[in-house]
Amino acid sequence: MDIKSMKNYLYWLYCQFELITCSYLMEPWEKLLFYTFNIMMLVMVLYTTYIFVPVHISTAFQFFLHLFENQHENAVSVVK
Amino acid sequence: INHIVHNGGLYKRPFNEDFEETPMLVAVLTYVGYGVLTLFGYLRDFMRQWKIEKCQNATEREEQKDFVPLYQDFENFYNRNLYMRIRDSWNRPICSVPGAKVDMMERISHDYNWTFTYTGRVIKDIINMGSYNYLGFAQKAGTCQEAAAKVLSQYGAGVCSTRQEMGNLDKHEELEKLVARFLGVESAMAYGMGFATNSMNIPALVGKGCLILSDELNHASLVLGARLSGATIRIFKHNNMQSLEKLLKDAIVHGQPRTRRPWKKILILVEGIYSMEGSIVRLPEVIALKKKYKSYLYLDEAHSIGALGPTGRGVVEYFGLSPEDVDVMMGTFTKSFGAAGGYIGGKKELIDYLRTYSHSAVYATSLSPPVVEQIITSMKCIMGEDGTTVGKARVQQLAENTRYFRRRLKEMGFIIYGNEDSPVVPLMLYMPAKIGAFGREMLKRNIGVVVVGFPATPIIESRARFCLSAAHTKEMLDTALKEISEVGDLLQLKYSRHRLVPLLDRPFDETTYEETED
Repeated sequence: MDIKSMKNYLYWLYCQFELITCSYLMEPWEKLLFYTFNIMMLVMVLYTTYIFVPVHISTAFQFFLHLFENQHENAVSVVK
Repeated sequence: INHIVHNGGLYKRPFNEDFEETPMLVAVLTYVGYGVLTLFGYLRDFMRQWKIEKCQNATEREEQKDFVPLYQDFENFYNRNLYMRIRDSWNRPICSVPGAKVDMMERISHDYNWTFTYTGRVIKDIINMGSYNYLGFAQKAGTCQEAAAKVLSQYGAGVCSTRQEMGNLDKHEELEKLVARFLGVESAMAYGMGFATNSMNIPALVGKGCLILSDELNHASLVLGARLSGATIRIFKHNNMQSLEKLLKDAIVHGQPRTRRPWKKILILVEGIYSMEGSIVRLPEVIALKKKYKSYLYLDEAHSIGALGPTGRGVVEYFGLSPEDVDVMMGTFTKSFGAAGGYIGGKKELIDYLRTYSHSAVYATSLSPPVVEQIITSMKCIMGEDGTTVGKARVQQLAENTRYFRRRLKEMGFIIYGNEDSPVVPLMLYMPAKIGAFGREMLKRNIGVVVVGFPATPIIESRARFCLSAAHTKEMLDTALKEISEVGDLLQLKYSRHRLVPLLDRPFDETTYEETED
């Protein structure tokens, strides 16, 4: 029962997507073209995220760590 | 937003008009939808030009390809690529009298709405929420039909002449006296076509050297009549009295554009009920302005005659004003009287002038006798002169239906435009795919609605327009409301952010003082 209502909800969400992007009005080959384009863009964005985001985050983390270390060293030397 | 306008006590009753703003997300998504459709439109046009796809719309002939292009403007682009996709919601053939319920012929299309074929099946008893049948006089049985049938057997159907030649029947004279009595004016004249009444009579009333101040959302017939007359036209914002007063002041102070002479005549063109917005004109203020600046008023009561006012005499009676204040009262018989044609009422000198100088009187065939009899019988019914209270009951039923229907739709959370008392109810749809989806889903549930899109409304404000009728019973309205709510949930149309607390039938107590919660 839960699976069925989940499936109905997902189908309703798909209908809303169709209505908002007007793919409800398109002929089947136009729909195919539109969905292919959209899915390709989505896959490319996800792939780019997968490759670049961990490297960027770890670089940024190291930069901030270096900054705090320097600050801490400076503060420690003043106190001394 | 409910408010009572205090303008020196001009209004004797609250004037509740509401045009809720488009939610920002909905506007953005609507533009996204139109953007996608435009891109696909360009793709299809490209394919049609390079012969990859068969071209089924009108194009120029081969020999004319080097001439000025005919079909390249936005309207034709819209027609080919957007209108064609949802075309099955319009021009639906009906095959019975358009009363509260109507029969429709079923049609399907195998090539995406370029051509239609009839399956042969007739869909019966569709609840009709689209016909302008305000008082329910579109009937095939009853006193009006019997009287019209009798006159048909007496006079025949054709008149075969214009009013000025041999087409002036005694029925026409009787009708005009009745119309003048109904409106409370000195004299009236009836024409064969409502659109032609406006477009052919405004040129007879104003000419070059006159000024026409016309509302932003006036009907095409008024716009055409104004343009044909050759007068200068200035537009004021819809129902906005400050805009109108500014234009009037400028006109009186500066006069005609180059010569600075005073204008020969200033004519204000307004409508009683605007059919696309459902709003009612602010007549007390317009009349106060007209008297202050000494101009003339032309009131087009096409939708409001018979539908407003305690005895159905129109928007003048609704506000409790005198019909002598309006210089030219125009209306049509198409909507509340179930017939065809239009009329103009006013002072005797004005109507006598129009009888001689109007294009419609000189060149157009006069009204057909059975139609005239339908108008006479229905008008007498509304006035109560046929001895029954049927007319009064119908007017009251329409007012009740209007209030009930509007309140229920607002409670459900739809965005409804217009005045609370107008029987025209526009429900906002906004997105182009929802226009087609709404029409089709409602037809599947056996309810016929009219959906309106771009050229008639601004491009993002597409709507479904319900026209209530005195012939709708409460059960029919409840069924319709249930289906509208279902389709609203299916298509996510309940955009309104002002939730009205449902009116409970309980006496007023200290804990309930706000009706609207945001």
